[in-house]
Amino acid sequence: MKRKIVVAVTGLNNTDNPGPGIPVIRGIRDSQLFDVRIIGLAYENLEPGIYMHDHVDKTYQVPYPSTGSDALIKRLEYINSIENIDVLIPNFDAELYTFMKSSKKLLQMGIHTFLPTLEQFEERHKANLVEFGQKYEIDVPFSTSIFSEADIYSLPNSFSYPVMVKGKFYDAYIAYNAEQVKMHFNKISSKWGVPIIIQEFIKGTEVNVVALGDGTGQTIGAVPMRKQYITDKGKAWGGITLDDAKMLELTRKTIKATKWRGGMELELIKTNENRYYLLEINPRIPAWVYLAVGAGQNHPEALVRLALGEKVEPYSDYEVGKMFVRYSYDLICNIGEFEKLSTTGEL
Amino acid sequence: MQIKKNIAVSDSGFVFDPTSGESYTLNTVGVEIINLLKAGLHEDEIKHKILEEYEVSASAYDKSFIDFVAMLKNYELVEYAD
Amino acid sequence: MSEKKKFERPVIKKVQTGMTNKFGTRTEFDPITHIDKVPVKELIEKHGSPLYVVSEQTIRSTYQDLYRAFSTRYPKVQMAWSYKTNYLDAVCRVFHQEGSWAEVVSGFEYDKALANGISGEHIIFNGPDKDEAALEKAITKKSLIHIDHFDELYSIIEIANELNITARVAIRINMDTGIFPQWTRFGFNYDNGEAWEVINRIMLQEKLELIGLHAHIGTYIMSALPYGVAASKLANLAASVEKKFGHNVKYIDLGGGFASKNTLKGAYLSGTDTCPSFDEYAEAITSALVRSEIKPEHLPMLILETGRALIDDAGYILGSVIANKRMPDGKRSMIIDVGVNFLFTSFWYEHKITPAQSFSHHTEDTIIYGPLCMNIDIIREHITLPPLKRGDHVVISRIGAYNMTQWMQFINLRPSIVMIDMDGKAHVIRENETLNTVKQNERIPEHLTDINKK
Repeated sequence: MKRKIVVAVTGLNNTDNPGPGIPVIRGIRDSQLFDVRIIGLAYENLEPGIYMHDHVDKTYQVPYPSTGSDALIKRLEYINSIENIDVLIPNFDAELYTFMKSSKKLLQMGIHTFLPTLEQFEERHKANLVEFGQKYEIDVPFSTSIFSEADIYSLPNSFSYPVMVKGKFYDAYIAYNAEQVKMHFNKISSKWGVPIIIQEFIKGTEVNVVALGDGTGQTIGAVPMRKQYITDKGKAWGGITLDDAKMLELTRKTIKATKWRGGMELELIKTNENRYYLLEINPRIPAWVYLAVGAGQNHPEALVRLALGEKVEPYSDYEVGKMFVRYSYDLICNIGEFEKLSTTGEL
Repeated sequence: MQIKKNIAVSDSGFVFDPTSGESYTLNTVGVEIINLLKAGLHEDEIKHKILEEYEVSASAYDKSFIDFVAMLKNYELVEYAD
Repeated sequence: MSEKKKFERPVIKKVQTGMTNKFGTRTEFDPITHIDKVPVKELIEKHGSPLYVVSEQTIRSTYQDLYRAFSTRYPKVQMAWSYKTNYLDAVCRVFHQEGSWAEVVSGFEYDKALANGISGEHIIFNGPDKDEAALEKAITKKSLIHIDHFDELYSIIEIANELNITARVAIRINMDTGIFPQWTRFGFNYDNGEAWEVINRIMLQEKLELIGLHAHIGTYIMSALPYGVAASKLANLAASVEKKFGHNVKYIDLGGGFASKNTLKGAYLSGTDTCPSFDEYAEAITSALVRSEIKPEHLPMLILETGRALIDDAGYILGSVIANKRMPDGKRSMIIDVGVNFLFTSFWYEHKITPAQSFSHHTEDTIIYGPLCMNIDIIREHITLPPLKRGDHVVISRIGAYNMTQWMQFINLRPSIVMIDMDGKAHVIRENETLNTVKQNERIPEHLTDINKK
């Protein structure tokens, strides 16, 4: 018989730049072990997941991470008093810090999370990537952090254009000259603050790995993928699982060295000389995780089990050549639902 | 001045303007005033009712009413009879 | 007759799609009606608005928290109160009662510390500007002089020789700790060997005693790690001095720069979440010292000059709403009686501003202006606030650092400052200024005495 559990999930923004919430939910709903009630936690009132009642049983609005953890905890206490949440899976980069800081308090409320430690989270930050690469002997592009527009003109000579301009949490643009760097700097910093990371542009094919570490250094699952088509926002529209031993090795090495705890996505560039550069470690499950589920590795289910303290055997295999193709779909809903959410904060 | 006829106001203070497609929320006093306006009451009658019901001075009410109406105009929720 | 209902200004607010709404921020605005059990309303009635308020309770508990974090990890810890952060005598004396020495950066601050009853030996004299008279006084009184540049070093050598008194000196050292910006303008550089060079010169001087090593890596450092780097670099120098000269420095001074819980402009996350705890700073610093090459029996005293992180939380400024305005674009603005001249930290913090009376959860995005007739007088560019009316009060929190020293008398007179003591009693610790305060130092030339004559 399936076990009844309640899982709260953020990242219901299943838009053209999707959050991982809905794919994570699909993975958990596919589980043969759990009979799950899904509580959606939404920041904005048009996150599509709120209105996807097949996936999300009930949604509550929660305060933005920028408000601080006290407000978040207060709101979660209220939600938990009604829903009795077993596991909470945050899916936004920008909120992870707040949830990691709050994880002890959440556990006292009976809410389990399975997140990286603050140390893991900090050292893999884009701004710290160069040191990260040195420490763990992983190739990374040269990069530096800047804090003001003026810094753009004093960038080290070692940079040659084009360069990548990246935000602390989100957004990455390519710039071919200082003027473009300035434009992207202002655009990104107004949204996500400073620092802005200026990164060497490395030519090659972008490949990704979705992986899950159990916190002891063991890799529970890892599936490599190449994006087959990329939208103008840089998001994969279609992707295919790869048989690439080097990528898996790099993933295992990273997880072992950092004792990574939780879901992650490695963004890599494979150069024409067959070298792999680590561009970024996203400290959470990526939006394309359902490809891994489809290929035989249910990472969301495994993460829920790890959060609940269960011992999970590593996945040893996945199906190569599985593809995902994203599509969009127009949900029809009534203004009454929008009204209810806007006035009560619940739906 | 009156509230446009097709504006819907719910008890929870949710306003939907079908012309523009925009929605709004009101606080308690806001709901009350907008409903009185919808019912066709004159400004003076509304003032009288609010002053009777709430702990507020006439001048404080006047200032807040001017601001509130300015917002209704700004959002194009009111119209004027010719 | 039944009681009338509480009135709140009617508000209509557009439902923003894809943006934060009231559920995003409502809990941020629990009203602050009391400070240390004293009603805000009563404070303003008695002492006027705006009004600075200092909580003695918060000073003491913050100090004790910091001291505990370090003293449980390291055998010899000494705090030195950073006068420039807040040199109100009453504030300084609370720190001195708790055991703090004084850290000053001018002759004026030096005299203020003496007047507060601190002995010269417990005054750390920092900064690039120490004139001859101040140096002479400091050498005579055996103060701890932290040398900033070569010119100063040679002044001290001359004066000490002339007075025939041994000057107790330390040097300020700047270095790469992996953070940006590097404060290279103060002191001598570690990484290019300049600091070691200066130490060698000092050790050859008969009338100078190298008593300590000092670094102050920056301000508002949001990570504890750079302090570990700084501590181990200073410890390296101390160990080298021990090895070459057989001399043990008495202390290592890591300066200040710990962040407070304020949210910096441009930061996405709240400062209350991202600010490292005292324990994190303490762990980084003390473990670097303990792990260093310095022999355990010669471990130097650890001095900290923490300013901001000790006093920010203890300071409030109370203000009142002067007016509400609707901007042509429909945005709400509110004018309060606290301007940037009394709260210049609003140039880099998103200060927490809270109504001092209860309200409903309906809120509006608001811009808060100060009362100055100056376009730059903006206290918050965006804040979600409930409707407030003229005369309502607001409490601005975490303003204890720098605002009571870098304030400006401009357009209006500076207000009173009260301190709430441990028993919840409010004392005026600085009277509000009057016309006479401003006029008393002015002089009118003879030919201008009569304005009707030309």
